[in-house]
Amino acid sequence: MKQLIQLAFAVLGISGVLYLGSFFIEHSQGASGTDTLNIFNWGDYIDPELLEQFEEESGYRVVYETFDSNESMYTKVQQGGTAYDLTIPSEYMIERMIEEDLVLPMDHSKITGLDNIDSEFLDQPFDPDNQYSIPYFWGTLGIVYNDQMVNEEDITSWGDLWNPEFKESILFIDGAREVIGIGLQTQGYSLNSKNDEELNEAFELLRGLAPNAKALVADEIKMYMIQEEAPVAVTFSGEAADMMWENESLHYILPEEGSNLWFDNMVIPKTAQNTEAAYAFINFMLQPEVAAQNADYIGYSTPNKAAMDLLPEETTEDEQFYPSAETVGKLEVYEDLGPEYIEKYNDLFLEFKMLR
Amino acid sequence: MIKSKFSWANLYLIFIFVLLYVPILYLIFYSFNQAGTMNEFTGFTTEHYEALAGDTRLIRIALDTFRVALVSSLLATVIGTLGAIGIFFVRQRRTQSTILGLNNVLLVSPDVIIGASFLLLFTMAGFRLGFYSVLFSHIAFSIPIVVLMVLPKLQEMNTNMITAAKDLGANNWQVLKSVIIPSIKPGILAGYFMAFTYSIDDFAVTFFVTGNGFATLSVEIYSRARQGISLEINALSTILFIVALGLVSGYYFVQQQQRNRKRKLTDVDPTNHQKAVTP
Amino acid sequence: MTSKQNKWLFFPYFIWIGLFVFIPIGLLIYQSFIGLNGTFTISNFVTYFTSTTYLKMTAQSFLYAFIITLITLCISYPTAYFLTQTRRKDLWMLLLILPTWINVLLKAYAFIGLLSQQGSVNSFFDWIGVGRQQLLFTNASFLLVATYIEIPFMLLPIYNAIEEIHPSVIHASRDLGANTWETFKNVIFPLSLSGVRSGIQVVFIPSLSLFMLTRLIGGNRVITLGTAIEQHFLVTQNWGMGSTIGIVLIVLMILTMVLTSGRKKGVRKL
Repeated sequence: MKQLIQLAFAVLGISGVLYLGSFFIEHSQGASGTDTLNIFNWGDYIDPELLEQFEEESGYRVVYETFDSNESMYTKVQQGGTAYDLTIPSEYMIERMIEEDLVLPMDHSKITGLDNIDSEFLDQPFDPDNQYSIPYFWGTLGIVYNDQMVNEEDITSWGDLWNPEFKESILFIDGAREVIGIGLQTQGYSLNSKNDEELNEAFELLRGLAPNAKALVADEIKMYMIQEEAPVAVTFSGEAADMMWENESLHYILPEEGSNLWFDNMVIPKTAQNTEAAYAFINFMLQPEVAAQNADYIGYSTPNKAAMDLLPEETTEDEQFYPSAETVGKLEVYEDLGPEYIEKYNDLFLEFKMLR
Repeated sequence: MIKSKFSWANLYLIFIFVLLYVPILYLIFYSFNQAGTMNEFTGFTTEHYEALAGDTRLIRIALDTFRVALVSSLLATVIGTLGAIGIFFVRQRRTQSTILGLNNVLLVSPDVIIGASFLLLFTMAGFRLGFYSVLFSHIAFSIPIVVLMVLPKLQEMNTNMITAAKDLGANNWQVLKSVIIPSIKPGILAGYFMAFTYSIDDFAVTFFVTGNGFATLSVEIYSRARQGISLEINALSTILFIVALGLVSGYYFVQQQQRNRKRKLTDVDPTNHQKAVTP
Repeated sequence: MTSKQNKWLFFPYFIWIGLFVFIPIGLLIYQSFIGLNGTFTISNFVTYFTSTTYLKMTAQSFLYAFIITLITLCISYPTAYFLTQTRRKDLWMLLLILPTWINVLLKAYAFIGLLSQQGSVNSFFDWIGVGRQQLLFTNASFLLVATYIEIPFMLLPIYNAIEEIHPSVIHASRDLGANTWETFKNVIFPLSLSGVRSGIQVVFIPSLSLFMLTRLIGGNRVITLGTAIEQHFLVTQNWGMGSTIGIVLIVLMILTMVLTSGRKKGVRKL
């Protein structure tokens, strides 16, 4: 008995030391301030140096956590057991969160530097007058191919993905709306279709695409494309930019039929404990130098006009990442579909995944 | 046994052994690779270990993981041991087997079910996700295994001892302290050990109930493995493997000693024929 | 011991059973009757049992779990049997169980490296002249990795069952003139069946619900019941449907337990 109690105390003692250890590590980095800012962001979606810089300049300590889909972010925020002060969802999710009262309205008097943002990206339908959200990045969905394995002419549109030569060789982004969207856009339908007939038609078409799918994954696409595991992938523009940086044989194209145009904006979720810190971070990210450094690191397109002037011309003139007004006209922004149709898309997507 | 059969059997065993260890040795081998990939070995380096040592986030997560495991298994051992003693002294057979049945529900439930239903529980209760939700979940799924390890020791216990102690005027607390606990001590220790490995190994349940920046190694490895091969993870595996190897050899050593002691006992007590199988 | 003290000892344990067994299962059942718009309905079950997608997924998941269990059993049984014949069997056993102490995620991660286009297995294929093959994201690789992970869990209960057979029974069989094969067929195998049963339990049920392997190794082209639950809970937030699939999984689990019932031996981990 005595021995057991001694063991128990030893265990508690070790846990105490471990706690002190992790406490020490947490507090030895960055600012010593007790004020923390909980950021919930996409994986690999900020230059880590900027986080350090922010901690130094503002005195807030940043707790940084990542998610890999709008939906999983939404679940954690809606679940209520979390205390994130700032998160960066995409437009259709912002629309939904506004509707469900999950985000706080922005106090514009506390925000400086909003005029750095290109007016094109302000006052969007999903958030009129930017009452709830401040632009962070924007981008498109497109196709990445490896010119060592695929001819340039063979990949210009969504329709080319059906080429039987690509049997079991395409990596798709693991998103219901993205994949079903390919079927819809190939037929010339809207990405936001709520028409059962159109959806079924799109799905019948996708049946033919399933044999070409190698995998449906998310973050992994970057590694696999760089390592030349697959010749073709459907993914977002910024991911593509990263891959192309690592592997020169990779290229990104926007399909002829059009594609998805998306915006990721910063919002303050209802669960926020420290809105002051959130505003400080928003203002920090709006600074042109910061936005430019971040865009350079991440590879997505920045909505910050002043930052664009600081970026190298070859970046800002690249049609695939900063497309012309004409191309942008063919792109479509997601809208919130409502629970019933989200479920419909999800079920179709689940079925697509099981097809061989 | 027949000699010729023996070698075939050993060959098969060695084959299985190699098969089980190839992926682990593969990870360890490439943790020293100069090139950043697991494809081609270009030269020896320890830079990935240095990177690991400088990765404060990962170190903090490792410390947190061990802390959750140590504390959760300790609490699970206390609750589980008391529960097992309680179950043992239940008179009605049927009540006893009902409780044991409930005990086993969590033991056999798939991780996903445990994770999802605990997430429901924490959500409905408005409980904040993070260290404590993970800790409570780990305690919860470790308790049944402790009960399962302790119960057989109670059944092996000589109940006459309790009667004797009572006759000598011992109160319930003294009986528990001086008679029951000492005789089930190996079960308690084994229970703790099992609960600890359960906790360290868990991925699915933690994945469901974690939040607010709290992560355990499994959850962190899951998100890193998706972002790409990083030999830092290989370096981490090497260290974890060495730790496991140390723990297991320690466990084996202790077991051997106990067995040797027991064997001496068996010589004296012919009724104790347990493990009389001498190799 | 007085009954009064029993209750006191029971107290934390009781709370635990209530809080973490009864309430979560109750919540799961309750949630499975909640439709998309938050009303009480049986539509989730209706959807599940009328949708070819879900039924196909269940059947597929069942088939995968069955194959995984079968292969694991075929590999583990001889291993367990031979193990009991060796000297220093405890050490051997411990060494074979040791890989379970390495995190499952790390093992899955090792296989990503092994099976990729540029990985070692493909380099070997290339070298022997077979040429590089698509390995990662195939059914075969999913089955391979799942089997690899489950082997120790099958091995342990079978080993324990064979170990518990009293040597005198085997000696008796020998004395009666049975050879090794006859002894195995008529004595050891029937007596080890309880171990096989619990081995099947601890492999089959988790195999129905493997979810991170379907993603990391199967590339999300293998969908198990577990994947579907995880998706519904953490990605699409349709907790009602997720719970419904959870209930189906629980029913399958109970069925498996009933079918393989017998005295339980060995547990999921050592």
